[in-house]
Amino acid sequence: MVKITIDGKVLEVDESKNLLEEVLSHGEDLPYFCWHPSMGSVGSCRQCAVIEYANDEDERGRLNMACMTSPREGARYSIEKASQFRAQAIESIMINHPHDCPVCEEGGECHLQDMTVMSGHNYRRYDGKKKTHNNQYLGPFIGHEMNRCITCYRCVRFYKDYAGGTDFGPQASHDNTYFGRWQEGPLESEFSGNLAEVCPTGVFTDKPFSKHYVRKWDLQTAPSVCAGCSVGCNTNPGERYGTLRRVVNRFNDEVNGYFLCDRGRFGTGYVNSDNRIKESMTRKSHDADPYLASTEEAKAQLQAMAGSAIGIGSPRASMEANYSLKELVGSDNFYAGISALELGMSKQILDIYGSRPVNVANVVDIEASDAILILGEDLTNTAARLALALRQSVRNLGKQMARDMKFPEWQDAAIRQLTMDRKSPLFILSPHSTRLDDIAAHVQIGSAADSANIGFAIAHEIDSSAPAVKGLGKDEQALVKTIAAALKEAKQPLIISGTGSMSPALIDAAANIATALNTEDKKANIALITPESNTLGLALLMGDSTASLDDAMAGESKSAIVLENDLYRRAATAHVSAFLNGIDQLAVLDSLKTKTGEQANLVLAAGTSFETSGTFVNYETRAQHFYSVFKPEASIRPSTFWLSDLTLAEITQACAQSIVGGEGMSHLTPDAEDLVDMKGMKVPRQQHRYSGRTAMRADINVHEPKQEQDEEGIMSYSMEGISALKDATVFNTAWAGGWNSNQSVFKFQSHTGGALKQASNGQCLIQSTAKDKTWSEISETNDVASDFQAFPLYHLFGSEELTAHADAIQEKATGAYIALNEADAEKLGLQASDGVTVINDGNNSGSVPFIIRSSIAPGSVGISVGLAGLDLYNVAGSTLSLEKDNTWTAPTNWKMNNIIVSDKGAV
Amino acid sequence: MDKPLTKNIEEGRAPFNFKQYEAAGGYDSVRKVVTMAPNDVVTLVKDAGLGGRGGAGFNTGLKWSFVPAPDGGPRYLVINGDEMEPGTFKDRLLMENDPHLLVEGMITTCFALQSSCGYIFLRGEYTVAEERLLAAIAEAYENGMLGKNILGSGFDLDIYLHTSAGRYICGEETALINALEGKRANPRAKPPFPQVSGLWGRPTVVNNVETICNIPGIVANGVDWYQGLGLGEFVGTRISGVSGRVNNPGCWEVPVGITFRQLLEDYAGGMQDGYELKAFLPGGGSTDFLMPEHLDLVMDPGAVQKAGSRLGTSLIMVLDDKTCPVGCIRNLIKFFAHESCGWCTPCRDGLPWTEQMLDKLEEGTGSLKDIEILKEMTGYMGIGNTFCALAPGAMEPLQSGLKYFIDEFEAHVDHGCGYSK
Repeated sequence: MVKITIDGKVLEVDESKNLLEEVLSHGEDLPYFCWHPSMGSVGSCRQCAVIEYANDEDERGRLNMACMTSPREGARYSIEKASQFRAQAIESIMINHPHDCPVCEEGGECHLQDMTVMSGHNYRRYDGKKKTHNNQYLGPFIGHEMNRCITCYRCVRFYKDYAGGTDFGPQASHDNTYFGRWQEGPLESEFSGNLAEVCPTGVFTDKPFSKHYVRKWDLQTAPSVCAGCSVGCNTNPGERYGTLRRVVNRFNDEVNGYFLCDRGRFGTGYVNSDNRIKESMTRKSHDADPYLASTEEAKAQLQAMAGSAIGIGSPRASMEANYSLKELVGSDNFYAGISALELGMSKQILDIYGSRPVNVANVVDIEASDAILILGEDLTNTAARLALALRQSVRNLGKQMARDMKFPEWQDAAIRQLTMDRKSPLFILSPHSTRLDDIAAHVQIGSAADSANIGFAIAHEIDSSAPAVKGLGKDEQALVKTIAAALKEAKQPLIISGTGSMSPALIDAAANIATALNTEDKKANIALITPESNTLGLALLMGDSTASLDDAMAGESKSAIVLENDLYRRAATAHVSAFLNGIDQLAVLDSLKTKTGEQANLVLAAGTSFETSGTFVNYETRAQHFYSVFKPEASIRPSTFWLSDLTLAEITQACAQSIVGGEGMSHLTPDAEDLVDMKGMKVPRQQHRYSGRTAMRADINVHEPKQEQDEEGIMSYSMEGISALKDATVFNTAWAGGWNSNQSVFKFQSHTGGALKQASNGQCLIQSTAKDKTWSEISETNDVASDFQAFPLYHLFGSEELTAHADAIQEKATGAYIALNEADAEKLGLQASDGVTVINDGNNSGSVPFIIRSSIAPGSVGISVGLAGLDLYNVAGSTLSLEKDNTWTAPTNWKMNNIIVSDKGAV
Repeated sequence: MDKPLTKNIEEGRAPFNFKQYEAAGGYDSVRKVVTMAPNDVVTLVKDAGLGGRGGAGFNTGLKWSFVPAPDGGPRYLVINGDEMEPGTFKDRLLMENDPHLLVEGMITTCFALQSSCGYIFLRGEYTVAEERLLAAIAEAYENGMLGKNILGSGFDLDIYLHTSAGRYICGEETALINALEGKRANPRAKPPFPQVSGLWGRPTVVNNVETICNIPGIVANGVDWYQGLGLGEFVGTRISGVSGRVNNPGCWEVPVGITFRQLLEDYAGGMQDGYELKAFLPGGGSTDFLMPEHLDLVMDPGAVQKAGSRLGTSLIMVLDDKTCPVGCIRNLIKFFAHESCGWCTPCRDGLPWTEQMLDKLEEGTGSLKDIEILKEMTGYMGIGNTFCALAPGAMEPLQSGLKYFIDEFEAHVDHGCGYSK
């Protein structure tokens, strides 16, 4: 730390940071555009100018950009004295900017508006013509209005430099610089939505939001957690007039930082969809006509089933909902709602987290890792936010080079120039090519069994007490040595795997490597990805029970309650139908109409994660509380309401007490008494500028209705309450005076870009204290005697059940398909886009189109997961044979062009 | 007087081929340098006092000495042949008419820098220079002056010619490096300086063509000889020139230390009949105007700076009394606005606005307020306020024009430009 003086004020600042972030950290206002806390400094916008004085005698000083200045001990600076320059800079930035704030979607949360006001530019002196540009169609996610561009280069620095996108960039030059694609077309990056938040003005906007736009201040919002995958990114969804309008990032330094993936941001359309179950229905028998059930009637019917029914839980339902079902039906009658394989792997992961001397990596750990090994997990499609983090990890070599040369880490462009293509090592063992191949030192294409073998061998190479592998080829042995050496040499090695390959052996191999890397002064990082938002939570709830969906379906029960789960997405149609046909009383609680729900006697309208509160447990076992954003129609209730008479808080506490490590789950929300001295007040979901409260329902009734009450939580459905500026324990929307955009988040951080001062980051339930190394034995991988070994192929857009209902996601999704490499295709006489019938264990699983992907291991067949059209589940190890289907014709909505972009050449 | 830069140049004759060039004493510096210690060459050039000829005038040997000691990795010499400064055409003369001199200079320099790879970044429009340099490089390879183990010394060197797609900003050394790497020609942040982290992130020296053409003579003939070339306290020779309405426009190798008047009268033959000298830009479009009273200044960076301008490339542009200074400045600003890379705000958005106000003045639709804003612009885009030196350079003719010709600017307000076009 060094002491500096700014306009006479003495501040203690961190000399390893730049002056801009330090000034902001101390609560001063200094306008900026091109700098971003996650992306560092490049010095292009010239907005954060300050005067730096050479010494005490220096009266004149020299103008410097704060973002490009390392604070010096004892140095004197002035923000005030550079105000004229900053006013000139904003004036010239604004000469081409349109006067369209009233019709611009950024208006009201526009960083450019804020900075213009802050810099004191009020009247336009430029009287010439403004530059105009053509806008591009950039796909279903992002709108483009180039005329608003102020050329701060943030978009391209995020899209290309930070997220590794290749189809977007700056074009032309001087005041005609243009940011777009080389030609119109959908943006290819899975992180394109962040452009809307990174752009300081309205060039890039959230397109689905545009279709039902309202101002930021008119949105009712709450801190939420994305249900799109097992990462659990923190979000801030907004509602108006009973519909969910958009999702933006909510800062959590340990989970998602400033960025979300496009599934999480644009996958929420299901909440407003026509496919919602809005009212509870009941019928006497399977073939009788259903009729509407009142809330009381529906709940009574469900509760009446309690004595005899089995309960089938869900990895996408909250801890509280699953726990309530378990309590209702009794532990012995509660089944996990996922396959035995998936449940087994989830428990295996919990066991590894608890019993091995490893550290479970959060996003900060991942970004700090300097050697990474991925075993069979297609992160971009199963846990996208972590793939974005890995793009930062491989830069650690460059950051180290910069440190060695004594220039600071925030010098983003300089470090990229210094490092060029040199990267920290990333190794990928995978059955197919992935989107991260471009940053990998080596990609080894092979089956899960082969990858597991290599993995076990790496563990043994690092620590010879780990079980050894026999029969590795020469090339594999060399690879094992290379990877082991890189991991051993690293300061912070990271091993990533998960359930994606559906291979327990692969997870064991990952665990052995991480264990082997453990030394007295170093704990290896491990991240094991699970499929859904609460898979690990569900596994925790199961305790010692191994009751899976397979067990449920093999049972004799005549009565079942299915919680937020479409069984047809988890097992073959014939199998599920046989099971459901044998059930006399089937109750389904869900938010969306499903095939399972169609067969129910009792359907209960359940709230989505945007309409209910609860807890999800992510891939790290991090329990995070999400608050309901809005109250839906009275007929839609949280699953916990249907299943239990307890309050949510009571359920949470009871659930916490029932699980291993549950203590951490019991303090995720503050008690009212913990909040600042505003006794009796709650935290408002609406901004202080929320408009139309007395008028918005006047077309229905001129009487202002009573505000919705939130009986169960710390938040209220109103504008009144504790201001976040006074107490941000419940961190809702970021806002501060003069800072209306999302940039205001720094006002709530302990240090610019760092952890939040108050809000909860969630709590990891299982943290290993193990010191001793234990090993997973190498399981006999029996060579599957099949024509082809199947492996799953995931799609960020389409593989997840709920988000697949969103219109924008559907535009980017494709139908089901299978994929082979070129040689195998030739053997079968198949050409890309032929129809292929998949025979699984003698059963016909349907015909789907076939594509060729260049990098697939010989003898392996990729099976798309979760996409409509293929009745094939838990494919790993299945005996598959493939036959050309000459009668097959492509469905009209089947789009080939959405298949993995990196493999496009082979399609 | 020795003319080490142009001794082989004769109007109307094709440039020397390798044999002719060697017969005229060419490649002597290479034969000598391979017997020396590289650091001694750096010291020699530093002691000679050769200033960079790209416009900044920084001591060349000193610049070389900032390159860190070899670490086994590659290091580069990059020749800036992207001569795009308005009114400047000296490097063209050297490259078109004595390409072997540049090649020899590069070999000698690379030896001093312990670099085995050199690039010539050539202005795309210089197609004749391209052809002749390629021929010279090929001949040098054939005759063992390039390639592996040059003259049996163990020193290897490859030279590549890269023709630019054409942007003024490529004259800025870090933008040039970006362009050479195939990136957008935006300048880089400094530090790190190219000597430490330049081309492909490796130590790199970027030198002007003329600068490197001085190296063979200095190495072959020594410090005393070089210093003796200048007049009085000044050292060496340089290529200076004149454009505008003079009797004999062109460029010539002159001893450093002559005055502007000598250049204008002795070399350029004075003003054409009917035209009088009103002002002149001493060294390209991005230098401040000097007035007739400055003609007796020595053409030396220090002296010119004292008079409020920069020597720049030392090719002067003459403004005569029949040419509108406002129009002249507008023409320059139009060029600079178009050539802005678009990276930083003042340059990207300030220059087009400046151009628009000058357009208005020329058309007679300008106002006194515009002149006030123009004055403001010269401060706004001043040195240190922008990412690189492009916009501050563009402001130089404008700020000095506003100082010397404010009456003419104001006269434009009501009547527009009164000069005949």
